[in-house]
Amino acid sequence: MSEDKKVPAHPQMTGPSRRAILAGGAALAASLFTPKFLRAEDFPTSAINTTGLAVTDDTVTIGILHSITGTMAISETGSVQAEKLAIEQINAQGGILGRKIEYIQEDGASDWPTFAEKARKLLVNDKVASVMGCWTSASRKAVLPVFEQNNGFLYYPTFYEGLEESPNVIYTGQEATQQIIAGLDWVNKTKGAKTFYLLGSDYIWPRTSNKIARKHIENFMEGCQVVGEEYYPLGHTQFNSVINKIRLKKPDVIYAIVVGGSNVAFYKQLKAAGIDMTKEKPLLLTISVTEDEIRGIGGENIEGAYACMKYFQSLDNENNKEFVAAFKEMWGDDMVIGDVTQAAYLGPWLWKAAVEKAGSFDVDKVREASPGIEFTKAPEGYVRIHENHHLWSKTRVGLAQADGQYKVVFETEDLVEPDPFPEGYQ
Amino acid sequence: MKKQRLFELDEAMGFVILAAVIFLLFPAILDDFRLNLFGKYLTYAFVAVGLVLCWGAGGILSLGQGVFFGLGGYCMAMFLKLEASTPENTAIQSTPGIPDFMDWNQLTELPIWWQPFHSLAFTLAAIIVVPVAFSYIIGLAMFRRRVGGVYFAIITQAIAAIATILVIGQQGYTGGVNGITDLRTLLGWDIRPDDAKVTLYFVNGALLFVCLFVAQVIRKSKLGRILIAMREKEDRVRFSGYDVASFKIFVFCVGAAFASIGGAMFTLQVGFMSPTLVGIVPSIEMVIFCAVGGRMSILGAVYGALLVNWAKTTFSESFPELWLLGLGGLFIAVVMAFPNGLAGIFDDYIKPRLAFLKRNRTAADPAAQHSPAE
Amino acid sequence: MFSGYSMSELGAIFAMQGFAGLILFSVFVLMALGLAIIFGQMGVINMAHGEFMILGAYVTYLVSNFFAEHLPGLFGIYFFIAMILAFFASGLLGMAVEWAMIRHLYKRPLDTLLATWGLSLILQQVYRSLFGAREVGVTIPDWMMGSLPVTDMIEVPINGIFVMVLAVSISLAVYFMMFRSTWGKQVRAVTQNRVMAGAVGIDTEWTDRLTFGIGCGVAGVAGAAFTMIGSTGPTAGQLYIVDTFLVVVFGGAASLLGTIASAFSISQAQSIMEFFLSGSMAKVLTLLTVVGILMVRPQGLFALKLRK
Repeated sequence: MSEDKKVPAHPQMTGPSRRAILAGGAALAASLFTPKFLRAEDFPTSAINTTGLAVTDDTVTIGILHSITGTMAISETGSVQAEKLAIEQINAQGGILGRKIEYIQEDGASDWPTFAEKARKLLVNDKVASVMGCWTSASRKAVLPVFEQNNGFLYYPTFYEGLEESPNVIYTGQEATQQIIAGLDWVNKTKGAKTFYLLGSDYIWPRTSNKIARKHIENFMEGCQVVGEEYYPLGHTQFNSVINKIRLKKPDVIYAIVVGGSNVAFYKQLKAAGIDMTKEKPLLLTISVTEDEIRGIGGENIEGAYACMKYFQSLDNENNKEFVAAFKEMWGDDMVIGDVTQAAYLGPWLWKAAVEKAGSFDVDKVREASPGIEFTKAPEGYVRIHENHHLWSKTRVGLAQADGQYKVVFETEDLVEPDPFPEGYQ
Repeated sequence: MKKQRLFELDEAMGFVILAAVIFLLFPAILDDFRLNLFGKYLTYAFVAVGLVLCWGAGGILSLGQGVFFGLGGYCMAMFLKLEASTPENTAIQSTPGIPDFMDWNQLTELPIWWQPFHSLAFTLAAIIVVPVAFSYIIGLAMFRRRVGGVYFAIITQAIAAIATILVIGQQGYTGGVNGITDLRTLLGWDIRPDDAKVTLYFVNGALLFVCLFVAQVIRKSKLGRILIAMREKEDRVRFSGYDVASFKIFVFCVGAAFASIGGAMFTLQVGFMSPTLVGIVPSIEMVIFCAVGGRMSILGAVYGALLVNWAKTTFSESFPELWLLGLGGLFIAVVMAFPNGLAGIFDDYIKPRLAFLKRNRTAADPAAQHSPAE
Repeated sequence: MFSGYSMSELGAIFAMQGFAGLILFSVFVLMALGLAIIFGQMGVINMAHGEFMILGAYVTYLVSNFFAEHLPGLFGIYFFIAMILAFFASGLLGMAVEWAMIRHLYKRPLDTLLATWGLSLILQQVYRSLFGAREVGVTIPDWMMGSLPVTDMIEVPINGIFVMVLAVSISLAVYFMMFRSTWGKQVRAVTQNRVMAGAVGIDTEWTDRLTFGIGCGVAGVAGAAFTMIGSTGPTAGQLYIVDTFLVVVFGGAASLLGTIASAFSISQAQSIMEFFLSGSMAKVLTLLTVVGILMVRPQGLFALKLRK
């Protein structure tokens, strides 16, 4: 704060912040398409960092906070890789406001108190300008008060249950209604599905998602009904009993939100029990299996299942081809990219755009600048930040292939509006 | 026979030094963030001190201390959550005035067993009574039937597993895997800012010393000596006419109460409570704190909890991808090479040197030349 | 829930549900046998049991990759070779661990628990460093996946049959080793009275090492088999550890028959409850029942009478 007073010598400081916003907005599109280098000299540190964040004349430090040990490391590794890729690419283009991004990586160790502890460390000790991180809802809930209290800024990549809208978080994944409703409508219209069996791991995301799915099926889809709903503890590995129940109920659709190691067990046992998903009797629709998970499950075990998400590695567009190629170059040819990995990749880019629009690293200004930020180079196509800090994005349905990839079979025409507190679904 | 005093001179010294470390040294050298971290570590020390009584003195190894830690933590969290869930704060919910996670799970009113947690007095009582009652039931069932040792360890471990599944499964009532989050004030006092955390740190330290004092009294009483006799030769104590099971149940209950106080302080300092503190892994880690500090020494247990957690934090900050190796190695080293932990190292290597100094100071003592420290 | 179904449908469902229970039973037996040998015969609590299982799974993964690349013609039978290799890999690691660690701790059974917990952390990190944090996908030969249609309604999963056959054969093998071989006699002699066993000329150290090795080897085979029905990742071993210990304790340590009986009763209880209740509740109720019975009868179902 006191630095502010010491530098009235910079006339641009107070006056042009507004102009910088406008200019930044115009410069934004240009800077995204053509790597135009913004020079650090044009943005004196004292002007763009008034709250004591870790910004120097040529670097800015951000945090990466994911689990790289423990049970969640399986899922979060891809997110870390995508974030590092985005940071490297941004740095290759000259960084943000002429400053290279440096990152401090912390391990949440799949343990929620550890997440809170590390988030505090990043914000209080390291003064990072923003944090890319968290994966499970539980870890986000644990760090949320820390971010709100210390006014940090978090980019959260996972599709999740909604029911949240924090001024200190940008949600780059889909909230539940975005991911669920389009898929259910599609399966009803094109496949004529009428009866649904809801299945999930026992925690808040599957339960909330299934709640929304049930409301939608019962209230908004004519003649459709839920014939069963079932939850298993995280890490459960024996699904033969529920498979028998499914046989008994003969639903048109198994709506599966099983996560983690249970996933592998569920699909292997489903196949072994003679339920051939390619026959679509019943059809299996999931919102929890990305290409990342298929590696563990084995493509041959899930072939024929449908997944409803916003991104698949096989998406056919220029952005995505570049992204996939860059990702594989950095992390190896055998890598696969799932929905969350792509959403994690958006984080640093959206932050860059918001910072440049704001002309400042200050969290308050970045927050103010965020709504309306768009990213046209997104691998998923195009995304825009909504007033409620979630992303407008398309919803797609993919058909799992034996090679572990999805074939896109459906895509919403328009961007789907994020609605974290959906009316009529409570 | 020499009458046992409550504090031998060196024990008193140990208490004073620990007090100096906790109340003077740490606040002096640590910034608020690190101090809060050490406050969190100290909440585990409650459990470790309880384990010294159960395991070190009584020979009962419980792998379910996380359950008691969690009971205390959840009781406190329920109170704080109710305070945070005022109708104004929760106006966007379909049922304002109930905790947010209940609303997400379509509960429309507060469950009856949550109601009493509006009262702080009830909550504080529950933090002690609930885990003690629970441990009493477990102890009664097990120790009356002379279950001990390995069986007891595994059954308590299973109880920890059940508790986790139950808490996660009943998420409408417990917050599920997320736990009870976003706790704000205690009777209107905001627990989130740094100065509040510093205050809580000192409260925490003071409570820890109360527990240490109770533990010391128990150890020095006749009860403590019977416990040790039981650990060495249970049958002989029984044949001497003592009711072995009652002693075990008592000490198990004390351990549970300590753990529960630690859990409640954890909730206050960290700002939430979640099932990851209840299950098998944290329960075993708590045993490790105790083992590293020295299973026979209540002060050692405190140092053990501090050291292991500090190492865990530092390791994972500097070498995040390798810290499990270090941690695993530490466990093995402690068990294999230093079964009495830090306290054992102190007794074997450092104390003799200190004694040597002391004797030198008082008089030229020929025995001092045979310093065993070599 | 059964209204509107014909008798034949119901019959078919119950037949298949019974079969599901049997598969679960076989899984429990495979998980628990190795531990029953180690815990029951030696009194050692091996918290790294799950990690020994996962070692077997990773061996299977490596072997499947090797066959896919170099011997694609023989891919159909790689699984048997993988299981044998898994047995030896886990077994040898087990013997090494016994030599380095466990043998110093026989007088302190509770300490073996802590030391092996440390070992399990180390093994998890080693797996993570070697194979990555992600799960690896083990390709199973085609003939082992899928199901045999018995009638229109009843289909029997082949991997289920495979697990059952494996469980039976390993149980028989262990039975013969324990009760019909010289080694088995020695192991039982050492369990019952270590000093006397040593006095009559049994090499107690070697017996211990071999026992521990075989227990871990059986865990490795179980891990190899579980690649068919579960996931293979650095922390997957943790999923099995509580169930495994409960099965062994419930059966009454030191009794292999007890282990099998308890695996049967727990699996049947769980599978029936899963069918009528929701999954999470079934699990909690099963565990609660087991703990409840253990409180009434702490020595387990079958207790070996020992003179202490």
